[in-house]
Amino acid sequence: MSERLAVRKTYKLFIGGAFPRSESGRSYVVSSSKGEFLANASKASRKDAREAVAAARKAFPGWSAATAYNRGQILYRVAEMLEGRRSQFVAELVDADGVGVRKAGELVDAAVDRLVWYAGWSDKIGAIRGSANPVAGPYFNLSSTEPTGVVAVVAPEAGPLLGLVSVIAPVIVTGNTCVVVASERAPLPSITLAEVLATSDLPGGVVNILTGSAAEIAPWLAGHMDVNAIDLTGADGELAVTCEEAAAENLKRVLRPPAAKVDWLADPGTERMTAFLETKTVWHPIGT
Amino acid sequence: MFEYAPAPESRAIVDIKPSYGLFINGEWVEPLGEGREKTVNPASEEVLAEIAVASEADVDRAVQAARKAFTGWSAMPGSERAKYIFRIARIIQERARELAVLESLDNGKPIRESRDVDLPLVAAHFFYYAGWADKLSYAGFGPSPQPLGVAGQIIPWNFPLLMLAWKIAPALACGNTVVLKPAETTPLTALAFAEICRQADLPPGVVNIVTGAGETGGALVRHPDVDKVAFTGSTEVGRLIARSVAGSRKKVTLELGGKAANIVFEDAALDQAVEGIVNGIFFNQGHVCCAGSRLLVQESVADELLEALKRRLSTLRLGDPLDKNTDIGAINSAAQLAKIRELSEAGEAEGAERWSPACPIPDKGFWFPPTIFTGVAQSHRIAREEIFGPVLSVLTFRTPAEAIEKANNTPYGLSAGVWTEKGSLMLWMASRLRAGVVWSNTFNKFDPTSPFGGYKESGYGREGGRHGLEAYLAL
Repeated sequence: MSERLAVRKTYKLFIGGAFPRSESGRSYVVSSSKGEFLANASKASRKDAREAVAAARKAFPGWSAATAYNRGQILYRVAEMLEGRRSQFVAELVDADGVGVRKAGELVDAAVDRLVWYAGWSDKIGAIRGSANPVAGPYFNLSSTEPTGVVAVVAPEAGPLLGLVSVIAPVIVTGNTCVVVASERAPLPSITLAEVLATSDLPGGVVNILTGSAAEIAPWLAGHMDVNAIDLTGADGELAVTCEEAAAENLKRVLRPPAAKVDWLADPGTERMTAFLETKTVWHPIGT
Repeated sequence: MFEYAPAPESRAIVDIKPSYGLFINGEWVEPLGEGREKTVNPASEEVLAEIAVASEADVDRAVQAARKAFTGWSAMPGSERAKYIFRIARIIQERARELAVLESLDNGKPIRESRDVDLPLVAAHFFYYAGWADKLSYAGFGPSPQPLGVAGQIIPWNFPLLMLAWKIAPALACGNTVVLKPAETTPLTALAFAEICRQADLPPGVVNIVTGAGETGGALVRHPDVDKVAFTGSTEVGRLIARSVAGSRKKVTLELGGKAANIVFEDAALDQAVEGIVNGIFFNQGHVCCAGSRLLVQESVADELLEALKRRLSTLRLGDPLDKNTDIGAINSAAQLAKIRELSEAGEAEGAERWSPACPIPDKGFWFPPTIFTGVAQSHRIAREEIFGPVLSVLTFRTPAEAIEKANNTPYGLSAGVWTEKGSLMLWMASRLRAGVVWSNTFNKFDPTSPFGGYKESGYGREGGRHGLEAYLAL
């Protein structure tokens, strides 16, 4: 009896909650760390990036107005769905990242735990970042946090799952929506993660994932006038400078690439959330 | 209407030198270049003093002095730094009248504002941040937050000394040293502040003041030994700065332009709203980045409100900034006046209806009467561009949702105003306005404990409060 032929997955983009191919019709070969063919991934174009920004913008009012409790529950649900697909992600990481099964398991576990950690922040970040201000006058004066808006994220090349989750979760937990350029070398886990997101009650468009060339797509996102901020974690050297320059056009908030190599297993701190938060201060007179 | 007798504040209290050098390393030094500019009193066009234009080499000297001073200043116990800053706050209070007159002379703003708003806030800001200097480890930025190094700070001409305070006070409290460039049309209070640093025995080099225009500012932003850039000014220049620091490790905060909506609902206390609208757009001749320059009024009360507003504008007194009766002072410069005129003409050309009260204009100096445009469409330039003058564009709306739609229809996001007696509506509006400061049933209020700063193209970072420390700490 001959061995059954496996049914392979077509890896597409993730835009507005759907899985379209690149409008450009382009794809590129993704190989394992050993150089074996894994799949043809979609190679997103400038137009795909624009579609993704439109989807993220459309999702922003609803997602940013959702209660913090609700956003926390949905992030926790993402963790549950990821946990349920643990073995699939372990296999994908072994292929994509060249790590052993044991290490891959650690990385998937850490990604699940990272989501749970950020889920809990949804209704706490406002308490540590907001303030009641004792102004010198008869005024109620309150500062609170609000999401910045649509955030473009250049995900790290290394860490196709844990790194990816570690840049997406802090952006969306506070109510932002995002367009993510996945690791170019190892994009497949990002699309499998998209399947997790699509089945976690996360509204379509809150996270949009593009695969392809960061050098090609990121500058369009950096210059896009309807993007409010950009995370350049995965952009190195010249690309980061080009993107930061383009981002100046509408004064995007820019999270620069880290100065040193990031240990994604370490305590992430709050910086990735606060980089994409605005502070709003409301005044009201006090009187009878 | 009452007749008013003039009540001018005496200018004898100020002592303006014929010319000023640069304040570097605790000393007055002559600039290395030949550049000189004159600062004039915008109310009379009289030359007040000659000001040095710092060259790139001068900026370098100042940054080096700040770098040298950083070692000692950052290592000093916070409690000692605090005492220097408290001293500065006290000297400002002691010299408040003199500084207020100097500010009104150089800037053109009414003495009532410089005396009752600017100077008290300046002293309060130093007093507030002085207290943070030895409490940084409790500020929520980790157990041992560190200063950044040398801060290059560039401030505008609309609130010269207040913007200096917003920049220098938190920078020093956090242990940074500074090189500050005041605006070329309003350098005098910053130069007086240099003297205050000397009176306070502030260690040399901790505060350096370099005068000049855009080129001096550019040299400061680009200097490789500057760790932090703080800028308040136009969105256009903010863009240039954001671009020029790309790829560096410089931390940047930008407080830029605005086109704030001041939204009046039909249930608002209309008389109070009228006062708030006047304060929102005519305070400081409208030279306010957070000015309420777009009035959005609910259709049902638009006629009534406009009538009351026009009646109120007829009582505003425009003229000598040093006169204690003056409500509206001089426009800061000929260039700014030209910009206000150009945009107002565009307003007429695009079809909006222009109105100003009968308002005698002095023969000399730069003046613009309080002006209202009605019948303004969202597409008009006067509804989209920052005028930075005493010009109000009036639009109407029917529903809260429409008010939000119109208010947020701008690339800016600095401030907004909401006038209603209904608490739930106020909070609903406040939560949907994409702006960093929302004043409800008030406008243009500031306090050192209260974070200020914008969304979108109004810039990033916050000044004031605990939030304001973040801009000057390495996290």
